[in-house]
Amino acid sequence: MSDAATLDAGTREAIDIDRSRGDFSYPESHKFDAGHGLSAATVDYICDVKEDPEWIREFRHKALATFEKKPMPTHWASKDLENIDFDRIRYYLSDGVRPTRSWDEVPDDVKETFERLGIPEQERAYLAGVEAQYDSEAAYSNVKEELEKDGVIFVNSTEGLHEHEEIFRPWFGKVIPTGDNKFSALNSAVFSGGSFIYVPKGVKVRHPLQAYFRINSENFGQFERTLIICDEGSEMTYMEGCTAPKFETTTLHSAVVELVAMKDAKLQYITVQNWSSNVFNLVTKRGIAHENAEVKWIDCNIGSRLTMKYPGVIMKGRKARGEVISIALANSGQHQDTGAKMIHAADETTSNVVSKSISVGEGRSTYRGQVHIPKHLKGCRNNTECDALLINADSRTDTYPAITVRGNQHATQHEASVSQVSEEMLFYLQQRGLNEGEAMSLAVNGFVNDLVREFPMEYSVELKRLIELEMEGSVG
Amino acid sequence: MSLIIKNLHAETDGTEILKGLDLEIPRGEVHAIMGPNGSGKSTLAKVIAGHEDYTVTEGSVTMDGVDLSGLEVDERARAGLFLAFQYPAEVPGVSMANFLRAARQARLPEGEEIDAVAYYKELYEKMDLLGIDRKFTSRSVNEGFSGGEKKRNEVLQMMMLEPVYCVMDETDSGLDIDALKVVAEGVNAMRSPERGFLVITHYQRLLNYIEPDHVHVLAGGRIVRSGGKELAHELEAKGYDFLKEGELAPA
Repeated sequence: MSDAATLDAGTREAIDIDRSRGDFSYPESHKFDAGHGLSAATVDYICDVKEDPEWIREFRHKALATFEKKPMPTHWASKDLENIDFDRIRYYLSDGVRPTRSWDEVPDDVKETFERLGIPEQERAYLAGVEAQYDSEAAYSNVKEELEKDGVIFVNSTEGLHEHEEIFRPWFGKVIPTGDNKFSALNSAVFSGGSFIYVPKGVKVRHPLQAYFRINSENFGQFERTLIICDEGSEMTYMEGCTAPKFETTTLHSAVVELVAMKDAKLQYITVQNWSSNVFNLVTKRGIAHENAEVKWIDCNIGSRLTMKYPGVIMKGRKARGEVISIALANSGQHQDTGAKMIHAADETTSNVVSKSISVGEGRSTYRGQVHIPKHLKGCRNNTECDALLINADSRTDTYPAITVRGNQHATQHEASVSQVSEEMLFYLQQRGLNEGEAMSLAVNGFVNDLVREFPMEYSVELKRLIELEMEGSVG
Repeated sequence: MSLIIKNLHAETDGTEILKGLDLEIPRGEVHAIMGPNGSGKSTLAKVIAGHEDYTVTEGSVTMDGVDLSGLEVDERARAGLFLAFQYPAEVPGVSMANFLRAARQARLPEGEEIDAVAYYKELYEKMDLLGIDRKFTSRSVNEGFSGGEKKRNEVLQMMMLEPVYCVMDETDSGLDIDALKVVAEGVNAMRSPERGFLVITHYQRLLNYIEPDHVHVLAGGRIVRSGGKELAHELEAKGYDFLKEGELAPA
């Protein structure tokens, strides 16, 4: 990266070593702390600190009631969910609710954290805007001036609902209703941070907007809430990255992300999730695509203890398109339970799901897919491919595709495969001088290579490196 | 300075395949091993390379004085041993260029990086020499390659990795005459006083283009006859039937 030269050697070294793992933390110094456990008082505390309008306070309290009523989905999902101790978690931690627009004004610890993760450097190099969230609130948020001139709004959710209620409110909680699942309800009760983005009609944002989510505190729950609206004919790519230090206790990350692509708009949402292996990552993500619009999720899950995430697209307008491209890597102690939901709700809508998972050691990956095409529609198409790669004998993979297609005027295609890195391939690679770890790493990178290419260049390089690191010590 | 195989016994799944094989390949020489199917030719190649399916029960393989038994497959490779495979594995998603680059990188000391410009220049030169289209650099290793393309690719790798000892396992099988000539040209270009070759083949045809210094006949897991290149012609004329007639004497 061109700006690397402006960093001193020490900083560069820190970035080189720690960027991928993010396993470091700074002492906590929170001005606002909602304490442990969740009750109506916790919700009120958050409302007070954030100076929420009355309709949000009401929304949160209703959501809390829904959360308390809903059972854990353990009848189909992992029993590991029972290990989340909601009474020990802290639901809101921050130093203040206003992000700054300049890195110089960001507190030193926080600034250093993001520098070690390479965020300011990436921003200078190729991003149109950045939001950096530290525990519950964004510490930094900035968007390039020319985008602001075009009317692009890129702020955190708090500012979104305060300053842009007329756009925010009609869509907020509409793509993903509070009661969608237990964790969307939890998020709705205590949400803080996340992005609100509005791209006006016809505006094409050339460089990606990026949010970075960082957990710094132990026993913490991060509940960001993102709402992105691309107006007619507009285009935008959003990228999110996330890391946390590895604590002894578990951490909860439970986001809700709602996307709206109006007629002819194109919205691409990219995630590189690299939480430390004690994080429960339980995220609800869904988009609505109106006529001839496109919503594309590119999702990479490398970290966390348990991830449950099934990005979805509701294709509401004629010729709308939905796509989910996902890569999951599950190492020992990890379960990546991911997939896609494609809801066809108009004629001639098209969806595509390509999922690749790698299970290493005792790691477990699960694919759950749902494709729904009702009888009264015509000319809908779906393609689903899911491939799993198992590295060791103890690795595990499961596939649960649910494809409901009614009517006879549609085309669907489903392919699934499970493979192993063959001994002959390893022998071949090793005979060329690669040690077993390098050989495995090359084979695994090859397995996901066609999907990695879908990521922007800067991310794909990082991704390959992450996969190499994850492979280290997994063989032999 | 030789690759020395002494009284080598090797088995797989409890079946002994090599039964006391002796062979010495000094640097600078090309040795051909011929033999009927099932004589242990491919096993010999894999045992030298260190394939884990085979167990050496007796004897040794040493390379310039280093006993290979203590070395892993990749350590043998980096020490200068190259095996051109009879059936090269496919590596989906890994481009030829990246694969060779990783292999070259593995030979550099830690912290040292490959000079990408010089690497590509050299790669293209060698591809041109072997008549391999440059588009192959971005194709996945061996995936969808024809038999001939795979074999050329093996020779390309051999040229790029500059081994000290090359073991070529039936590189001629599946090649038409033009491809065979190109492959042989590549091998001949690599011949040097610093490099030894063990060329395993079923047919004499390859040896018209790669002229061996010595020819050995492998049967029943042992070398049963050795001679000069004329032995290859004799085998071509008479076939391997003489082996059955018991006229052989241990070498």
